[in-house]
Amino acid sequence: MEWMDILAQQIFNGVILGSVYALVALGYTMVYGILGLINFAHGDITMIGAMVAIAVLNALFTTTFGLHPLMFSGIALVAAICVCMLLGVGIERLAYRPLRKSPKLAVLITAIGVSMVLQNAAVLIWGRGYQRFPSLFSDNYFSFAGASLTGTKVAVVLVTAVVLLALWLLIKHSRLGRSMRATTQDPQMAQLMGVNINRLISTTFVIGSGLGALAGVMVAAIYGQADPYMGFILGWKAFSAAVLGGIGNLTGAVIGGLLLGLIESLGSAYLGTLTHGVLGSNYQDIFAFLVLILVLVCKPSGLLGKNTVARP
Amino acid sequence: MFTKLLINMRPKKYATYALCVIAIVFLPLLMGATAGNGWVRILDFALLYAMLALGLNIVVGYTGLLDLGYIAFYAIGAYVYALLASPHFGLHWPSFVVLPICVLVAAGFGMLLGAPTLRLRGDYLAIVTLGFGEIVRLFLNNLDRPFNLTNGPQGINLIDPLFALSEPLSLFGLRITSVYFYYYLFLVAMIAIIFINLRLQNSRVGRAWMAIREDEMAAKACGINTRNIKLLAFAMGAAFGGFAGGLFAGFQGFVSPESFGIQESILVLCMVVLGGMGNIAGVIFGAFLLTIAPEVLRAIASPMQEHLLGRTIIDPENLRVLLFGSALVLTMLFRPQGLWPKQDNKEPSL
Repeated sequence: MEWMDILAQQIFNGVILGSVYALVALGYTMVYGILGLINFAHGDITMIGAMVAIAVLNALFTTTFGLHPLMFSGIALVAAICVCMLLGVGIERLAYRPLRKSPKLAVLITAIGVSMVLQNAAVLIWGRGYQRFPSLFSDNYFSFAGASLTGTKVAVVLVTAVVLLALWLLIKHSRLGRSMRATTQDPQMAQLMGVNINRLISTTFVIGSGLGALAGVMVAAIYGQADPYMGFILGWKAFSAAVLGGIGNLTGAVIGGLLLGLIESLGSAYLGTLTHGVLGSNYQDIFAFLVLILVLVCKPSGLLGKNTVARP
Repeated sequence: MFTKLLINMRPKKYATYALCVIAIVFLPLLMGATAGNGWVRILDFALLYAMLALGLNIVVGYTGLLDLGYIAFYAIGAYVYALLASPHFGLHWPSFVVLPICVLVAAGFGMLLGAPTLRLRGDYLAIVTLGFGEIVRLFLNNLDRPFNLTNGPQGINLIDPLFALSEPLSLFGLRITSVYFYYYLFLVAMIAIIFINLRLQNSRVGRAWMAIREDEMAAKACGINTRNIKLLAFAMGAAFGGFAGGLFAGFQGFVSPESFGIQESILVLCMVVLGGMGNIAGVIFGAFLLTIAPEVLRAIASPMQEHLLGRTIIDPENLRVLLFGSALVLTMLFRPQGLWPKQDNKEPSL
């Protein structure tokens, strides 16, 4: 059977894609849980992470200290995460905090504005075109269960798993995590119980932006390139994933991300065969959208979300 | 009504209005004579965008539904015109037949895309409509297979001009090029749209839209059929978008999916927000400001950079979008009601 041959490959691709979506979706869902705000600029923060990492790597390559490639990528990753964390906190301070009591429409329009500013600032700094991600390791292909993999791709999945575990421990078993969960349930009550809301929101943006930066670097490493416009579609798909899992729910974001990755990967692989070549893989971007519409129409609270009335 | 208006007007006020009308009528001739036909073309575009912004104003300004995929209806209108009046299918229907079809098709799509989003509000709605906008563009881009409907990324060209207005006309010994005709044509179209908007604003439907904007639950409790009224808002907004799209296709003579990206949706949103949501004059002001200011910027930024620094460092196109984004943020922070808000204390805007 021809379709069996690519099945393992597509499942693996879906898991890789899904891990990236999950990381970005966590950023959306954390901010939404606490502020009730869709941070439109989150996708672009992810893009900035990827671009900073590439810039740092290129700079390191020109000054050859003879470091190990792993050190290179470590430095680049840390730099990207730090820049994005600062950016996330800065955006929250300057653009979102003054509007906390304004109508939702105003905050949303501000977020769109921030997204435009980030995108075009990136174009001004790095130019319009693609930035190549320098190849660090001689990435050998190896075969596993009929799928051909590379070291980078396996590393992406492993790092995601470790980060998710760490985040889970943080949310479930630390004081910070407890105050986060409390604020998600009832911001006013949490404040009365002594949670410093402003500091908590800043921390949420720090964590979300850090995860976004990590995801951005991973996308750039997998595809070998990054461009200033990649944040938009990535952010939008990750948002779909967050809605699929139930926005505001962290486990939901991870499950939604992985599911969406699988749906997209399998869907685009088999769409051509199923429709006898009428629709091809050029419709790949439609899957995230269809999932979003179906979820919002049939079960707006998502797979794991609570059945509550939408916040006013 | 008109005679009553004339009687009530004081002579001084009357003179001001007359001056305004004269200015609007002679503006393109003045522009053309001093700055060239290129600027008249920009005025034409400003009028097109003003029509689009007025359509979006119904959805965002009156009804309070944030639609980020509005450009899709512009695209649908433009493609309907392109398909019915170009060599692509060999159809050359006259404009007065095609334009109403553009309006109807766009309004139909407005209802179709509005229906699944009826239960959504605010941010969810924004995301879903943004998706719709992208999907429409994606389909326009890919529907050259299995049969060639949209001609894919190349788009459709050699579209018939609106009302066959392409040949320069000799009038009193002056050669008048088509950009001037388009100006007056668009002006008439825009005045018609303003009139419809004004009548809608003070109608039962208009009040229902604003009631939904202020509080959907309360509006429902007052006996407004929110489902139908919201669908009507989508359809109305889409109809104006489709009409403007049809005019655009006939004016430009060429359409491709590239012209209908998310950036354009946000640009029209900027016009509505910056001008003043819910205020017709403000929205038109916003449209003119955001169409003409970038052109002025383009005319100034590049030569100035070359003069000062020897080369163009900041691409004006880029600078334009950067400034739009900052303008959106700053408007929301410091003047959320827009530059020219509605002068009515009873209705808080936004």
